[in-house]
Amino acid sequence: MDKLVLLGDEAIAQGALDGGISGVYAYPGTPSTEITEYIQRSVIAGERSLHTDWSANEKTAMEAALGMSYAGKRALVCMKHVGLNVAADAFINSAITGINGGLVILVADDPSMHSSQNEQDSRFYGKFSMIPVFEPANQQECYDYTYAAFGLSEKYGLPVLMRVTTRLAHSRSGVRRMDPQPENSLHTPDDHTQFILLPAFARKRYRGLLDLQPSLEADAGQMGYNVFQDGKDRSKGIIACGIAYNYYMEVATKHGLDYPVLKISHYPVPSNMLQEIADATEELLVLEEGYPMLEELLKGALKNSYQVRGRLSGAISRDGELDPGIVGRALGLADSSGNGIPEVVANRPPALCKGCSHIDMYNALNEALEPYGPGRVFSDIGCYTLGALPPYNAINSCVDMGASVTMAKGASDAGLRPSVAVIGDSTFTHSGMTGLLDVVVEKTPVTVIISDNSTTGMTGGQKSHATDRLYQICKGLGVEEEHIVELNPLKKHHDENRDRIAAELAHEGVSVILSRRECIQTASKKKKKSATK
Amino acid sequence: MKKDIILAGVGGQGILSIAAVIGMAAIDSDLYVKQAEVHGMSQRGGAVQSHLRISDRPIYSDLIPAGSCDMILSVEPMESLRYIPFLDKEGWLITNSKPFRNIDNYPDEQELFDEIRGMSNSLLIDADRIASEVGSRKVSNIVMLGASAGSLGLTMDSLESSINGIFGRKGEEIIRMNIDALHAGKREAEAQLIS
Repeated sequence: MDKLVLLGDEAIAQGALDGGISGVYAYPGTPSTEITEYIQRSVIAGERSLHTDWSANEKTAMEAALGMSYAGKRALVCMKHVGLNVAADAFINSAITGINGGLVILVADDPSMHSSQNEQDSRFYGKFSMIPVFEPANQQECYDYTYAAFGLSEKYGLPVLMRVTTRLAHSRSGVRRMDPQPENSLHTPDDHTQFILLPAFARKRYRGLLDLQPSLEADAGQMGYNVFQDGKDRSKGIIACGIAYNYYMEVATKHGLDYPVLKISHYPVPSNMLQEIADATEELLVLEEGYPMLEELLKGALKNSYQVRGRLSGAISRDGELDPGIVGRALGLADSSGNGIPEVVANRPPALCKGCSHIDMYNALNEALEPYGPGRVFSDIGCYTLGALPPYNAINSCVDMGASVTMAKGASDAGLRPSVAVIGDSTFTHSGMTGLLDVVVEKTPVTVIISDNSTTGMTGGQKSHATDRLYQICKGLGVEEEHIVELNPLKKHHDENRDRIAAELAHEGVSVILSRRECIQTASKKKKKSATK
Repeated sequence: MKKDIILAGVGGQGILSIAAVIGMAAIDSDLYVKQAEVHGMSQRGGAVQSHLRISDRPIYSDLIPAGSCDMILSVEPMESLRYIPFLDKEGWLITNSKPFRNIDNYPDEQELFDEIRGMSNSLLIDADRIASEVGSRKVSNIVMLGASAGSLGLTMDSLESSINGIFGRKGEEIIRMNIDALHAGKREAEAQLIS
C-alpha cells in the first residue's frame, strides 16, 4: 500500500476507516477535529455510506456510537479532553454495558492548553472506567493502534479508549496502510438485557468488568504495545509514555545515552514490566505527557528507598507539555537553547478577525452596559471568548460549554442585575438550551445574547446545528416572542443595536438577543468557492 | 542528511502550504519527514509556526530541539525573530521583509531589519514585491520557499513536481504562477548571496 503523509488525527481516521467502522460520531474540538473531517472527505466513507455527520455535543455523540455498537457495527467517537467530561456519564456506563460491535473512544488531550481551559489527562478516565487504553507515540502507531483497537474491543466486549495529545494530533508523518476490513453485519446483542443497567443487572455486569481486569493487565504485558528495551547503562531506567518516548529517543540518539527504556502505549500498565525495569536499574525517570499518573503509582504513599523522578519529584515541571529540551534537562544535560528572543519582538496573541460579527456585537453591548458598570457578562467557549482581550474587555467568565447561560442565572438569583450571557450559536445547541429552560421556567431576569455566525468558528467552520433554528428553539423553550430580539451586527447599525440591547437589559425577565451575521471566514471561503466554479 | 526548519508567520499567511510543498518533495525523494502544525485558537491572527524535519534516517521527535534548527523560514520579519532560541549558531534566518501589522505595539521596521541583518546568516527578501511581479502577492509564500530552496537539500525538480501535485486542482494558471514564484525567490536569494 502507498505511504501517506498524515497528521496523527488523520492517521487515526484512516485506521478507523480501514478498521471497518460504520460510523464516526463527534463534536468539533481542538485538537481532535481533523479526525472527523478526514473521514467526511474520504472516498471510502462515501462508497460505504458511513455515518459522518457532526453531533450536537460529545454526550449525544458517545450515546449514538454506543447505539451503533449495540446494533453490532463498529463505531468511532472523537472528542477533545474536556469533551469527555460532557460525555462522561455515557462513557463510564459504557464500560458496564460493554459493547457489541467494536467501540473506540478517541480523546485528544491538550497539555500546555494551546486551545483549552485545562490540561486534564484522559488516561485517568481509562483507569476510572477500567477499560483498556492505547497511547500511540507516532503517526504510524496512531494508524496501527486504531486499526487494532476495534478487534480488541470486540475481544473483551469493552470499549477501548485511545489517547493522543496535541503535538501528535497535529503533526504529520509518513504512514503505511493495511488492507481495509469489511464492515460488521447488523446484529443485535446475543443477550438482549446486556445494555439494561437496572441495578440487579448492572451489579452482574460490573462484577464481570472487575473479573476481566487481571486479563486486561496480562494482555497489556504480552500484546507487544508496551516494549522493554534493555540498555548497558543501568544507573537509570526510563519509563516513557506515548509521545514522551520520541523525546527521550531524540535526546538519547543525539547524546549516545544507553539506559534501559520501558515504552508504555497500552494500559492498564503491567506491574511485572514495571518491576522488571525497577529491578534492573538504580533509579527511574518517568516521562509522561500530562499528569504524573505512573510516577504516582510507582512512588506510592509509603516511604521506600527506590528513587522515582518525574513531574512529582520536580525533575520535570508539573504543568505544560514535554519537549526534547525538557527531557534533556531532566536527564542532566545542559540547556541547548540558542540566543534569546530579541527584545524588539512583541507578543502577537490571537484576535478576532477583521470584520468579525462578534466585534460589532461587543461594541454595542459594551456601550449598552456603560450605565451599570463592569463585571456582569458571563461568556462561553468559542471565538467570541477572545472578547476577553483588549480593546473589548467585554466578558467576565469562560468555564465550560453552556456555562454562560446558567452562571448568568445563578448571578441573577444572587441579585446581580442586569446579568448577561454571551454564547455562540453552536455552543448554545451543544449545552446552552437546557440552561435556558431553567431560566425560562423560573422567569429569571437574564439577558442571553446568542452571537450567531452560523458556524462552529474556532475549530475551522464546521456545520452548526443551530443554523436557522435559533428563533424556533428559543420560542419553543418558552421565551416570550416580544423578548426574542434579532440584531444585524454591522457598524452602520451600531446605535440601533446598542439601544435594543439596552432595552432588554432593563427588562426584568428573560430576554434572548439573536445577533446574527455569517462568520467572515466561512463567508469568504464560500465566495472563493463560487468564484472558481 | 538532516534539515530542521521552523516555518514562521501569522495565522492565515500560508506557511502550511510551504510545509506541504517541502514535505511532499521530501517524501518523493525517499526521505523521512515530520511536520508539527498549529491548529485552533492561535490561527486567529496570532503567531504561528510549524516544525518541519527532513532526514535520511528515522526521526523521533515531532518538535525540533532548541538550538539545533538549521533554518528559520519566515513570511513575516518580526515572526522570524521569535524562534531564535531554536536556531543553531550556524543556522540561517530567511524572511520576508513585509511586516504584517495587526497589533498596536508593532516595533519599528528599521529596528527589526537591523536585528535581522545583525545575524551571522540571514536573508531579507522583499517577497511581496517579487510575488507581485510574478503575478499576485498571494504567492509571496512560494517566493520565500524559493529563497530557501538552495539550502533545503531538495532538487528544484522535486519542488516543482510537488507544487504540481498540491496546486493541481487549482488550474494551470495558478501552477505556473507558483512555479515562477519559486524560481524568482531562488534567483533573489542567489543574487543577495553573491553581492
